[in-house]
Amino acid sequence: MKKYFSFFRLRFTLGLQYRVAALAGIATQFAWGFMEVMIFAAFYRGDKNAFPMSLSATCSYIWLGQGFLAFFATWMMDNEIFDSILKGNIAYELCRPIDIYNIWFSKSVAVRLSRAMLRCFPILLVAAFLPDPYGLAKPESCLHFFLFILTLALGLLVTAAFCMLIYILTFYTISPQGLRILFTSAADFFSGGVIPLPFFPEPVQKIMELLPFAAMQNVSLRIYSGSMETDEMKKAILLQLFWLFILIFTGKILCRQAEKKITVQGG
Amino acid sequence: MITVNHLCKSYRIAKRNPGFTAACKALFHREYEIIHALKDVSFTISDGEMVGYIGPNGAGKSSTIKILSGILTPEGGTVSVDGRVPWKNRIEHVRQIGVVFGQRSQLWWDVPVMDSFELLKDIYSVPTPQYKKSLEELTALLHLEELLRSPVRQLSLGQRMKCEIAASLLHNPRILFLDEPTIGLDAVSKLAVREFILQLNKEKGTTVILTTHDMQDIEALASRIILIGKGQILMDGNIDSIKKGSAAIDETVAELYHSYEVV
Repeated sequence: MKKYFSFFRLRFTLGLQYRVAALAGIATQFAWGFMEVMIFAAFYRGDKNAFPMSLSATCSYIWLGQGFLAFFATWMMDNEIFDSILKGNIAYELCRPIDIYNIWFSKSVAVRLSRAMLRCFPILLVAAFLPDPYGLAKPESCLHFFLFILTLALGLLVTAAFCMLIYILTFYTISPQGLRILFTSAADFFSGGVIPLPFFPEPVQKIMELLPFAAMQNVSLRIYSGSMETDEMKKAILLQLFWLFILIFTGKILCRQAEKKITVQGG
Repeated sequence: MITVNHLCKSYRIAKRNPGFTAACKALFHREYEIIHALKDVSFTISDGEMVGYIGPNGAGKSSTIKILSGILTPEGGTVSVDGRVPWKNRIEHVRQIGVVFGQRSQLWWDVPVMDSFELLKDIYSVPTPQYKKSLEELTALLHLEELLRSPVRQLSLGQRMKCEIAASLLHNPRILFLDEPTIGLDAVSKLAVREFILQLNKEKGTTVILTTHDMQDIEALASRIILIGKGQILMDGNIDSIKKGSAAIDETVAELYHSYEVV
């Protein structure tokens, strides 16, 4: 266990080195956040009772989504891992007493965590001082805040486990491009990255909430502003655990299969 | 002790003619060619031996090393390294071996060399006193003092290679595989690396298996040579048995390749 933690620590500290990238990221996320807030504000001006979440809850959802973008953006994948498979550096990883799945998983989580650490505080801080209802509101209650943190962590793990599948499938497809585009656009849409899931028509929403994508950002961001009932929260957390288990299990099996028939590219 | 019996490994390679028409054809019908990288390779290496594994490009040297180090799974044959089958219990096996791939890097690019070393310490669960001892020895022998605190990206190839070799030895492996360790190095670095490997073998009794195209490496290091060509072992003997009088080693080996028709 210690070796995976050391790996995690090194990757995490390495991630903290990239300050300029973080500044650029923060600027982009502010611009994006403001744009979304303005669009939703315009819609709400039409008829605010037509929407499933209050404008304040929606804005909180947007700002949290921007702050923790690095946790949940499936398109932010680690090119080092792709390179390792495509150019054959995996040879070195295979001649270490480590499990490939575990090491890549801890690496993915470390990258996401370090990126988010550098970016989330300025964004959330500024958003918290924006005038109501356009900023980040206070959490619904202490319990909601606690559950928010818990589901945030679970969501991060689900996202990382999902990306692991894409990395591992690269063993079979050689080029990651197709899979990446397909999976990341699906994930962005179905996870509530474009618009929150409650905004979808009821029948569609029912199905979407069962998918693994809903176990990413959807749960924690909605719990924060109290737009989930107690029963809904319970169900959502159980689903997160369920998908986390399924994704890791599938990933590990696929990874073992791939290791058996591995080709080290490039001699 | 390494025993290899009737080892076979083949790769499937997609082939097509150049040009647009051929590329379109390949959309519907793809031709594959099976390349037999290793056909029936057998040899035995005892503890403490230093073996040069030579052969022309594409002879199957790297494939053998990768199978012995647990990275690739062969199609047929048996391998036993100190009683272990490398690809069956990879994690158990690799704890006991060190590998250097001259054409790849195992060090983290953006952080000081020391950080990579510390990570390897944890990966191999090396106890701290033992790690300190190995590190001191390696630092002294390879003259690393100045390098350990620099980021890897700012090291020269020769400096990096010395660090790569040190990185592969921190856990004190009994067997060391070197896949072209001197590729691209200048004369000074080459000599340093060679001297170090000799010393390692002599003092610690580490078994060393080395592939290279640099025949002076072989001359300086290997007491035994295994020559492989087209996936088969062609010759297994000591260096003096192939040397002919005063002919330079490169010419001798080139002649050897020609006589076996492997190039």
